[in-house]
Amino acid sequence: MSSTTTIASDAMPATDPATLLDFRDVAMTFPDGTVALSGVDLTVKRGEFVTVVGPSGCGKSTLLRIASGLETASHGSFELNTDRIGYVFQDATLLPWRPVQANVELLAELHGVPRAARAAKAKEAIDLVGLTGFEKHLPRALSGGMRMRTSLARSLTLDPEIFLFDEPFGALDEITRERLNDELLRLFAEKQFAGLFITHSVTEAVYLSTKVIVMSGRPGRIVDTFEVPFDMPRDPEIRFTGEFAELVGKVSHALREGHR
Amino acid sequence: MADTMADTVTTQRLRRRGRNFGPAKVGLWAPPIALLAALVGAAYLGNALLGQRAFLLPQPHVVLGKLIEPKTAPDIFEALGNTALVALVGLVLASAIGIVWAIAMSQARWVERTLFPYAVVLQAIPIIAITPLIGFSLGYDFPSRVVVAVMISLFPMVGNTLFGLQGVDRSHRELFRLQGASRWTILTKLELRAATPAIFAGLRISAGLSVVGAIVGDFFFQRGTPGIGALIAKYSARLNSAELYASVLVASLFGVVIFLFFGWLGRRAVGKWYDFG
Repeated sequence: MSSTTTIASDAMPATDPATLLDFRDVAMTFPDGTVALSGVDLTVKRGEFVTVVGPSGCGKSTLLRIASGLETASHGSFELNTDRIGYVFQDATLLPWRPVQANVELLAELHGVPRAARAAKAKEAIDLVGLTGFEKHLPRALSGGMRMRTSLARSLTLDPEIFLFDEPFGALDEITRERLNDELLRLFAEKQFAGLFITHSVTEAVYLSTKVIVMSGRPGRIVDTFEVPFDMPRDPEIRFTGEFAELVGKVSHALREGHR
Repeated sequence: MADTMADTVTTQRLRRRGRNFGPAKVGLWAPPIALLAALVGAAYLGNALLGQRAFLLPQPHVVLGKLIEPKTAPDIFEALGNTALVALVGLVLASAIGIVWAIAMSQARWVERTLFPYAVVLQAIPIIAITPLIGFSLGYDFPSRVVVAVMISLFPMVGNTLFGLQGVDRSHRELFRLQGASRWTILTKLELRAATPAIFAGLRISAGLSVVGAIVGDFFFQRGTPGIGALIAKYSARLNSAELYASVLVASLFGVVIFLFFGWLGRRAVGKWYDFG
């Protein structure tokens, strides 16, 4: 199944079937005149994990909001070749009155999945993120990292073909963030979803992705793209190698240049 | 897993906050009890000092005696029952109207702009001034008393419910919108659930106000089955001070009981996810 949103009626070249998400010359101007994005070309193919880094306020989140349909681009075209999208917000956005199990079931519930089926689906997702035994806990009794895992599990119940991440680990401490990065890589290998990940941490970007895109300050433009050569699955120790540091350095440099 | 440990610590802290037995409880209640003792003592002292005008401040045991005396007690408690019924019916109506009113306003900006000024007007009307008008058009019986109770207790329900419905996180709304959830689904599964603490806080305020409304109504509308307000007016006119104090005491205690009951109900309804006062 595919859903396609085309804003401009420009002649479009035939799309590669492996392409899940395709932005062409996308620009976004808000009603108040703020130009958030300009001339963004970006594709995410199956098997790719693309990370966008950029200074705050550069419109990286707007990119995700367009991809998910929460916003409509004011110019350019955008195509999404799946309706199985996972969206992970900046905070865990759990419903505080629902225990973990019911929170993870929410999306399936909203899609009308019968009770037994969604309970099984949620159980599986909870296992996958390592929260077994915490099904009855309310979000307030969980740590920040566990809340984020619950949020991930909730998205996993939809079997997404593409995951959109809006700086999901930004508010977590370094140790928790690194551990969740590893978990995410494991899930990526296991579930084979594609990813579009927004972050302002260059290390996180390089560690997680197959491709890093650097955006400039407002209005956000793509200033550089880096292919990440390291094989998947990745060894956490890779973060301490010279090659890794070199790539992080290059990305950081591009980020600084673009911010000027 | 370090996460697990953090979790256990939080849970224990929550439990400890929930229960409060032992010496801490005594410390908590000692000051208000001491104050009560002082006030009772002051009443006896005042009564002794007033001499011939001692009837202005009856001795506390005489007041309490009126609550078991066969001549007065049935009157007082029957009147209290009538008042309680008016207050209860008024509260149920105010809650229903208030919640529906707030939901309507939360659905569209123009509805809010149209209806909110009237909620404010309702709150601003000096209820005492408009009460004779209500009697004039609806009679001096039960319905008029209920209308007064509703009018006086409606605003907290409207205001609190609206506040609760509109206080839902933007990201929570977007979470639902991303799944194509309907307005009805968002209202029932998200907004009303998120608003329960606010709604029950409003209910607790409105419950107290509906008792006030029922008593005020009584003062003006003495036909039908008179409540505690009518009784207070009667004792006051006859200078039956001990009876007067006894009725006021009963009415006040009733207000406190109502407040505590709705606090308890709120904690039950809201559950453990929110520290309901």
